[in-house]
Amino acid sequence: MKQALVLGIVAAVAAAPWLPAAAQTPDPTAAEFDKFREIMEQDNPAELFEVKGEELWRARRGPKNASLEQCDLGLGPGVVKGAYAQLPRYFADIDRVMDAEARIVHCMMTLQGFKYEELAKQPFSSLTRTPEPVSLVTYVAAQSRGMKIASPQNHPRERDAYETGKAIFHYRAGAFDFSCASCHGADDKRIRTQPLPNFTKPEQAVRAVQGWPGYRMTGGVMHSLQWRMNDCYRQQRFPEPGYASETLSALLTYLTVNANGHVYRGPGIKR
Amino acid sequence: MRRASVVSLACVALLLASCAAPPSRDYQPDALALMKRDFQAKGSAGMDRLNEDSVQAACNKFQDDPPQEVADKLQKEQFSAIKWPADGKLLGDWKAGERIAQNGQGMAWNDKGGVGGSCYNCHQVGPRESSFGTVGPSLYQFAKKRGYGADIQRYAYGKIYNAKAYNLCSQMPRFGHVRALTEQQMKDLTALLMDPASPVNQ
Repeated sequence: MKQALVLGIVAAVAAAPWLPAAAQTPDPTAAEFDKFREIMEQDNPAELFEVKGEELWRARRGPKNASLEQCDLGLGPGVVKGAYAQLPRYFADIDRVMDAEARIVHCMMTLQGFKYEELAKQPFSSLTRTPEPVSLVTYVAAQSRGMKIASPQNHPRERDAYETGKAIFHYRAGAFDFSCASCHGADDKRIRTQPLPNFTKPEQAVRAVQGWPGYRMTGGVMHSLQWRMNDCYRQQRFPEPGYASETLSALLTYLTVNANGHVYRGPGIKR
Repeated sequence: MRRASVVSLACVALLLASCAAPPSRDYQPDALALMKRDFQAKGSAGMDRLNEDSVQAACNKFQDDPPQEVADKLQKEQFSAIKWPADGKLLGDWKAGERIAQNGQGMAWNDKGGVGGSCYNCHQVGPRESSFGTVGPSLYQFAKKRGYGADIQRYAYGKIYNAKAYNLCSQMPRFGHVRALTEQQMKDLTALLMDPASPVNQ
């Protein structure tokens, strides 16, 4: 036990040098925006989508005229409380690791009879339309507000998803030789004035989870992590990743597991 | 049991996800197979963009830190593929260069036509633009600090044409090598960095 304590302290001290560096981002623009966000979050438009999502969750819909109340988000059929904080995770019924939105889409297909092609046709929000999975994932995410992020790594497929996601994150290709790590693999970098979190480090990886799904002031629409991953790949000059695909679930597993242990604050606001 | 608690406590202290047993194999083939199955071509971004060329393959394989002999060989190849302007002139118009440096469009699936240099995304360049990124080093006073000679001109043009000819796993795109920028655009950007009258050198 004593040995364990000593090791723990050594590890903590060894980890310490980068902690202040991560905390201090001397960026006045970012600091101003953080203040603005705090004010906005007290009356977050995301709540409207949360309410809409709850209605959709309970309504009998689709070709099978069923609700989503029997959807198993990983904690058993119908359990929504705390489920989002423990996603992505492995689902034996489809033998695949799934992130929250992928799982919701799966439930819409299996329980309600919706077709993937229909759901994937226009999966992202516009000024005139918020896709149903976006509202649903906002509702589900809100039921994990205040809970610790705990994407499991118990099943071998969950560990495979983490390692595959890590490899996807670091894979350089395309017209500009970019990978996710080109922007998100080093400390204290910016694109123009936008600070870039280093997702390879636990303290900063939480910023891949926190605030999502989020109400984005640019455009005034609600967006989920599926949109965020899609738009990153656009800027990475890659072809388009499939909506709710296994690739994105693996990538989200890597990002979320790196953020494990932090408290999730619920749907947020993004600039 | 005791050993297990030592390991787990160290993991908690470090908050490192990688504590969960080191990877037993190389996952890049899995990752690429999954991406090739799950991605689709869109706009100008075809599926061929998922394939690595020799430089990308080396940087992926060695996590951006290739052995010296690998880097030397590939850098030499990349350098010899640089197409220098036939008229021998490397400096264009710095004013046009500033517009190209500001323009972040190009090569994404929704981009149509024109391509910019995206320089300000990652670099400080001219002194009047305060919205600049920090992924790359500041280029302010580029020639004032390094000199205005022919060798520095050539370095600036070559670096814009193909950054990987100088530093194999640089994060900077190869604007000439992949035909993103035209010869004239690269001359204009070189002038932005090298012209004594350019605001960059004030």
